[in-house]
Amino acid sequence: MRAFASLRRMPALVLLAVALGTGVSTRSHAEYADVVLNRTAEKEGMRPVVFPHWFHRIRFRCKVCHAELGFKMRAGSNLVTMGDIIDGKFCGACHNGEIAWAPENCDLCHSGKPGLPPGIFGGHETNGPGIW
Amino acid sequence: MPFRPTVLIALLFASMAPSTPHAGEWAKLAEDGVHDPNGPAIGLLQQPGDALPNLPGDTAGNQVHWIKALRTGVIQPRPSIDPAREDRRLDKDIYLDLYGSMPSVRFPHLAHTEWLDCTNCHDHLFLPKRGANNISMFLILQGQQCGVCHGAVAFPLTECSRCHSVPNNQAQRIVAAIEAEEAKRSAADGDKAATDSGSQSQPRVLDGKAKTK
Repeated sequence: MRAFASLRRMPALVLLAVALGTGVSTRSHAEYADVVLNRTAEKEGMRPVVFPHWFHRIRFRCKVCHAELGFKMRAGSNLVTMGDIIDGKFCGACHNGEIAWAPENCDLCHSGKPGLPPGIFGGHETNGPGIW
Repeated sequence: MPFRPTVLIALLFASMAPSTPHAGEWAKLAEDGVHDPNGPAIGLLQQPGDALPNLPGDTAGNQVHWIKALRTGVIQPRPSIDPAREDRRLDKDIYLDLYGSMPSVRFPHLAHTEWLDCTNCHDHLFLPKRGANNISMFLILQGQQCGVCHGAVAFPLTECSRCHSVPNNQAQRIVAAIEAEEAKRSAADGDKAATDSGSQSQPRVLDGKAKTK
């Protein structure tokens, strides 16, 4: 307890602890495997796109997007443009008003917090030391 | 009032607690740190907490046991957009890491091909050839090999025993039996196999023997 007693003279440590706690509490708690797409969105004046894997895998197997539609399995490696989507490629294979909502519902996909970098977010157990 | 370090520690934990989702809880979109809480999509998009509690539970990732969800038919995700596209499956277990300090790995092709296509892993991530892939946890933790999905979208890398699931001696016996069977078959094929280049491209049953030497 002697070590703790020295804390009494160190209010800075208390501040540090509070700051640390605040830092942790404001950390992102995105759902596991949420992907942010923002290679071009904000440059073009739109919010970043949030792609929720959980929502899509209830409805489609991985192979649909990652084999049939050609999305590479590395967040940030796909340059997805609205032109392609409107032409029926990438998201546009489903987001065409038939299988899923049409591209004119801009804000439903472009729903991300401004300033987020592209990449994979979330993690219930790990935030991973990987290269994301 | 005397200062109590326990109060400080309690405060620290309390400040961490409220926004950290606990088991059986899913963050609300407006509070998840990736959605713009002031954007028009909030209120229109489905919340994870509305969909995921209805699926078979798990302790990691989305807290959903996705394979169980698929196999029990609770979810029926489409295998393709083009109905003519072949939904390829392979029911073949691969045993890896037979002599490591961890239990051996059983890789089930079936569970993987229920979700994925062969081309998602072959050949750019894994050569379909025994011993040709230097699989390492270091690379996996860097997001390579299995780590392209595990740790990102498939169950995370904290779940060691889901892959390292077979005692080494048991895996060694299984592999020895399969190898003996293969040797017998190739001996029976004899001269035919020697000139048949097609046999080279058959899927190999085993992998991960590289560490034995």
